[in-house]
Amino acid sequence: MNSKELGKYYKSLLKEVDERLEKLCSREKEEEFNKELERNGFTRRDFLKWASFMTAALMLPPAFESRVAKAAAVKERTPVIWLHMAECTGCSESFLRTREPDIATLIFEQISLTYHDTLMMASGERVEKHLNEAIQRYKGKYICIIEGGIPTKDGGIYLRIGTKGETGLERARKVTKDAKYVLAFGTCAAFGGVQAAYPNPTGAKGVRDALGIEVVNVPGCPPNSVNMVGTILHILLFNKVPPTDLLYRPLWAYGSRIHDYCERRAHFDAGEFVEEWGDEGAKKGWCLYKMGCKGPLTYNNCSRYRFNQGTNWPIGAGHGCIGCSEPDFWDKMAPFEEPNEKAEIRIPGGKGVEATSDEIGSFLAGATAAAIGIHAVGSVIRAKAEKTVKKESE
Amino acid sequence: MMAKAVNSNNNQKSHLVIDPITRIEGHLRIEVDVKDGKVSNAWSSGTLWRGIEPILQGRDIRDAGLLVQRICGVCTWVHYEANTMSAEVALGIRPPTNARLIRNMINATQFMHDHIVHFYALHSLDWADVGGALKADPVKASELAHQFSQTPYNASVDHYKEVIEKLKKFVASGQLGPFSGAYLGNKLYKLPPEGDLIVISHYLDALYVQVVLAQMMAIYGAKNPHPQSLVVGGITSVMDMLDAKRLGQYTSKLEQVGEFIQHAYLPDIDLITHFYKDEFVEGWGCGSYNFLSYGGFPETNDWKAEYRYLPQGVIYNRDLSKAEKVDERHITESVAHSWYKGPNKGLYPGDEETVPEYTGLNPDGTVKGEGKYSWVKAPRYKGKMMEVGPLSRLLVGYVLDHNNMREMLEMFLQKHSADVRQMFSTVGRTAARALETAYIWYGAHRWVDDLVANLAQGDERTWTRFEYPEEETNTSVALYEAPRGSLAHFVRIKGKKVTHYQVVVPSTWNASPRDEKGQRGAYEESLIDLPVPDLEEPLEILRTVHSFDPCLACAIHVVDVDSGKVKKFKVEV
Repeated sequence: MNSKELGKYYKSLLKEVDERLEKLCSREKEEEFNKELERNGFTRRDFLKWASFMTAALMLPPAFESRVAKAAAVKERTPVIWLHMAECTGCSESFLRTREPDIATLIFEQISLTYHDTLMMASGERVEKHLNEAIQRYKGKYICIIEGGIPTKDGGIYLRIGTKGETGLERARKVTKDAKYVLAFGTCAAFGGVQAAYPNPTGAKGVRDALGIEVVNVPGCPPNSVNMVGTILHILLFNKVPPTDLLYRPLWAYGSRIHDYCERRAHFDAGEFVEEWGDEGAKKGWCLYKMGCKGPLTYNNCSRYRFNQGTNWPIGAGHGCIGCSEPDFWDKMAPFEEPNEKAEIRIPGGKGVEATSDEIGSFLAGATAAAIGIHAVGSVIRAKAEKTVKKESE
Repeated sequence: MMAKAVNSNNNQKSHLVIDPITRIEGHLRIEVDVKDGKVSNAWSSGTLWRGIEPILQGRDIRDAGLLVQRICGVCTWVHYEANTMSAEVALGIRPPTNARLIRNMINATQFMHDHIVHFYALHSLDWADVGGALKADPVKASELAHQFSQTPYNASVDHYKEVIEKLKKFVASGQLGPFSGAYLGNKLYKLPPEGDLIVISHYLDALYVQVVLAQMMAIYGAKNPHPQSLVVGGITSVMDMLDAKRLGQYTSKLEQVGEFIQHAYLPDIDLITHFYKDEFVEGWGCGSYNFLSYGGFPETNDWKAEYRYLPQGVIYNRDLSKAEKVDERHITESVAHSWYKGPNKGLYPGDEETVPEYTGLNPDGTVKGEGKYSWVKAPRYKGKMMEVGPLSRLLVGYVLDHNNMREMLEMFLQKHSADVRQMFSTVGRTAARALETAYIWYGAHRWVDDLVANLAQGDERTWTRFEYPEEETNTSVALYEAPRGSLAHFVRIKGKKVTHYQVVVPSTWNASPRDEKGQRGAYEESLIDLPVPDLEEPLEILRTVHSFDPCLACAIHVVDVDSGKVKKFKVEV
């Protein structure tokens, strides 16, 4: 796509968004929202700063900032049903630690978290009734978020929920059937996750594989709250799911590798590596590739946004990336403290990445080719991703 | 009906099924028989099995910690650390002083985070009524808040007005979100409307405090949830450790959190203790049983139990005259009533050979109470069931007069003109968690001071080198404390590989089903005789079950596929 086409595309996208927002917004609603901000101790400026951060995170041009702000302020709350399958609740926990908590609380109030096991106040039959009512009332309108893998072995008996002892599989099928969008939050819901690691005793699968339905995957163990909130915002804004790669991950978040934007990248290029935990290189912040860092193999935006409001991230804290947003990372990326060339990688019916640090050049070229293959999906954002990859191989 | 009631033949008796129990981590079902308005029998059933342990088999020992922390997205760090400690026991090494202190500092954020999030997000709505808060008078609320603290947290009249307005709008919108289906106005709520408002306004403040605590963990831990700076032999965040700015961030956030603990959390507990006085009695929501603590936060590099910040001990039959030392050889697990194959007796976790055996539910959807009915196993110490968690630790600390724990509890009891035996209750368990939060907050200051002193001596070591064993090691155990209670990881290693792995977590103790002798677990035992005046809204049951801070994600992790026998023990700690 050349720049002229790109401009045209953004223009049509803007028009689309404006039309949608026109329908949803009104001056009164916006004023009300501004008052609410004030009551929460935020200025309009704070809010716009946040909107501009989210716009950049979503890889949209600055013209979209005001629209992101507007979308967040829309008062018609989109119902969300959040289901827990086989998981550790880490994704919910991460979601709760969203950037700018009080503004996030407002966002939280924009979506109506109609059902969420961990946060619901009532228990038992009352919750069951509430869930069924929500499905009926918002039929075809709600977003279904699933956290956790779905056990499928032996008819799914390893997870039963509710007074009737429904299996996780039955429950997920019931709730996703009438959902407008299904989002798989976390690596478990996207690809099966930790319980699906070899030998996968419960036959756990990601939502797409278990149910055979369309989903947007937002993997990570857990995903950064930016990626979860951003995906929801994208839907509020465009009324459709964001462009994704072949693993159904939004390109705005998973379009480039950890390695591409890593703060230690210069040390990689200079051949300066940490050789042992706590050595002089570790004190100086050198590259962790030899300590097993999987940044070169992992598509995610951690190196740009870090975690917990930018406080830190694994490579910042001196530990290599473990590739937690990639399918089967527990098997394919292990052992985590050794570069892949030495690994006994357990990949069903395949072989591992064959590269040694001596062959690092060809190793990277290989990864680049794979990257282009994976991301060969027609979209504007793809153009950006390709540009990044190309620049690197030049 | 309520949860779901299934009438039995006996006219006076109803059977109540509560599933899902919400506001917990993981999947839990509670079933009770109610006779003459009181619980006469109870069953606790974990309804998810994930099978983490067979997954660990044959993995690189250095990967095990990252994997086991995925047992739970809340307790992350403690599993990560307990796993790493058990590996270090097996390898015969200890991390250097700096690593021990940084680990304690990270673990302190884990404890404070868990306790505050548990009390406000998951438990406070059992005590405070949203319906009451809507009717509260902001002026009176501010006065009430000042009765329980000289400088209460966010307690101005204007602030309370805003909170009420916020709640009203929420209710008026018709989309209640998490408050949907709440037991608004239930008569089992005992706070005055102004008390409801104070607690619920702190519920909203806590949403912010937990973000600060997560940031504190990330300073040296990389991120939260699922930190990533711990390795066998030490820690990786040496750059952060040497950066004075990082320490400044940690301590200033610690003060921010301290504000909340001192002026919101502790006064709220006093408020609840005051108005729920009729439930602050011995035995209300607490069985006549035993209490266990392994001890946590090592304060010496050899991890000696007597020098840990949280104490070690066992208390039998509510006897507060003595506490016995823990010997991990007395820990067993029974699967008589759990969905696993196994002999009809308890086995040491290094000896277990366990295979899932799901026997299903009754045709009416209830659990088969006489047979197998849970994915949770039944751990026992010397064959006895135990409660673990903040109440156990506080009581052991009280009995042993450990650090200033006895003094701390006595001050609290004095304030409420209460006897220590009243702590054997749901209110006592909830208060113990709050007192512990303050105790850990003090501890964090201590470790910061120790770290500064050690660095000042020029010691920058963060990692201990080690060799991999050619022969399979003995079963090696690290006994540790998680926020929810006693945690033990059992491991054997050969070369770089894990050859045996077993975890016995806090919620396995507390949520345990019956064992082969028919002894009930702690939830089950604590529910007996609780009044349930309204089968539609079993608030009392939820209040007691939630007071344990159930974490079922942790409790049902696991099955051990290794059939190898323990050769001998490696006794540590």
